[in-house]
Amino acid sequence: MRGLLPFLGSRLLRAAIALWLVSTVVFVVMRLSGDPVPLLLPPDAPRSEIFRVRAELGLDRPLPVQYAVFLGNALRGDFGRSIHFRQPAFGVVLGYLPATLELGLTAFALAIVIALPIGVISAVRRNSAVDQTAMGLALVGQSAPTFFIGILLILIVSLNLGLLPTSGRESWRHLVLPSLTLGAFAMASIARLTRSSVLEVLRADYVRTARAKGLSEALVVAKHTLKNAAVPIVTITGLQFGTLLGGAVVTETVFAWPGIGRLAIQSIYNRDYPVVQCTVFLSAVLFIVINFCIDLLYGVLDPRVRSS
Amino acid sequence: MASSIPGSAPAELAAATAAGRSRRTRALALGGGAFVLLLIVVALAAPAIAPHDPIRQSLRARLAAPTLSAADGKAHALGTDHLGRDVLSRMIFGARISLLVGFAAVVVGGLIGATLGIVAGFHGGWTDSTIMTIADAQLAFPFILLAIGIIAVLGPSFLTLIVVIGLSGWVNYARILRSQVLVLRSREFVDAIRALGGSVTRMVSRHILPNVLSSLVVIATLELARAIVLEATLSFLGLGIQPPTPSWGGMVHEGREYLDSAWWISTAPGIVLMVTSIVVSRTGDWLRDLLDPTLRGE
Repeated sequence: MRGLLPFLGSRLLRAAIALWLVSTVVFVVMRLSGDPVPLLLPPDAPRSEIFRVRAELGLDRPLPVQYAVFLGNALRGDFGRSIHFRQPAFGVVLGYLPATLELGLTAFALAIVIALPIGVISAVRRNSAVDQTAMGLALVGQSAPTFFIGILLILIVSLNLGLLPTSGRESWRHLVLPSLTLGAFAMASIARLTRSSVLEVLRADYVRTARAKGLSEALVVAKHTLKNAAVPIVTITGLQFGTLLGGAVVTETVFAWPGIGRLAIQSIYNRDYPVVQCTVFLSAVLFIVINFCIDLLYGVLDPRVRSS
Repeated sequence: MASSIPGSAPAELAAATAAGRSRRTRALALGGGAFVLLLIVVALAAPAIAPHDPIRQSLRARLAAPTLSAADGKAHALGTDHLGRDVLSRMIFGARISLLVGFAAVVVGGLIGATLGIVAGFHGGWTDSTIMTIADAQLAFPFILLAIGIIAVLGPSFLTLIVVIGLSGWVNYARILRSQVLVLRSREFVDAIRALGGSVTRMVSRHILPNVLSSLVVIATLELARAIVLEATLSFLGLGIQPPTPSWGGMVHEGREYLDSAWWISTAPGIVLMVTSIVVSRTGDWLRDLLDPTLRGE
């Protein structure tokens, strides 16, 4: 385990810098939007009232002070009160988080469970009809816009075939289409990478040796190929998580899934800026934490990563 | 499976296959370019081609199904939407938005990326590491979240959209230019140019840009596909092009409520968008295989 501690330190530092960058961007964007006070008050509010609220929100203080206060509050999860829900923004967003996590994790699991076997089969049966169909679909999945994949699934599976519900979050049946939509991009990428990674390993000397030993093709693939093909697959799988988080905004809107992505969009329509900021910030934190964990996992799995 | 025929046959075969493949790739890339050209022509000639006014509403013709027969010869080939507007005409005008925002965002992203990449490469030190840290962070971060935050406060407008989408795509340009600058900086003739008082602008235009031109073309093509999809996505979310201006993403959004009664409103622009995205990004792949195989796998 030599070198794990410095590695951990450097990754922690990186995560902290990323967090600071995101919060600074959130602050700058917030200040760009101008004075939020008129939004909070009725249009006929007297000037004295405006000044009082400005002072209450700390908007009359110098910018550096406001920045410091903002950072301190953000660290404590204080993003102000939601204008629409009339309660602390942080609590509101937290309430919507489980639905997003449920959707994201299901999409992720589905992507892996479907894409891995497809990738392996495509590699082993290279240029077969199965391979060509699967890789054609993967290309579509990688470049088609997420929202339109969702619309097509609703149109075909829900409306034409009547198999699954179009929207909402009630049973597992409501979860199928949104998670397929959200997972489509990850699925396509993982399938393509698995295929090329397995193909690469199949060309390696030790696989030729295994074949020469007289092992059956199934054993060659199962014992000698998959394990060695795994490293790049794990890498891209980790990277896909971030894309998934961004895709949640779109998918939740298409399927009326009550998660933080849909909340963010609705809060924009409601001009509920505290909630928007809190959502962006919380997603960023979530994203940074997940990446940090994946980074650590590499460090533990593959000691070579630590020195880089 | 590799064949084990003795002699030079496999090598010749491989060379022949490679040549055939490269010819095929060239044909495909040309086809992709032709597709983009066609889109540009359609967008430019929209007022002449479109059978109807894309914005004019007609309450009597609401949600009319696609048909090729009409008394006045001006049928609604792709039906009408919930306000009685002709879907085909809106789609044709929508191509203008997609291409305009797409190309403008590519230019904005390219300018920002190229400048930052060149600055990072020439200055080195902490300027370089700051720029590259931001690049890494942005590449890893789901940019749409940030885009949503920015558009939320600035309000959706044409300019915001172009700047935000452009900002989302500067990283790849920066990387390629930075690495090219680093390569050149170590060469003696660069010192010679400096000693002779040659300006940085001249060095960039004479020695750096020609070297990265083919990479830039590849990146710009891939970025174009991404920008078109991002614009459509933001418009679909209601954060991009505002109604009644027709955009493909916005049209899919408008038709969403009528999927079971008037499927064509969403489906027609959606399919065109999907095909455009696939063709343009594949064209980028083919161009990369042709012009710059070293970019592969990024």
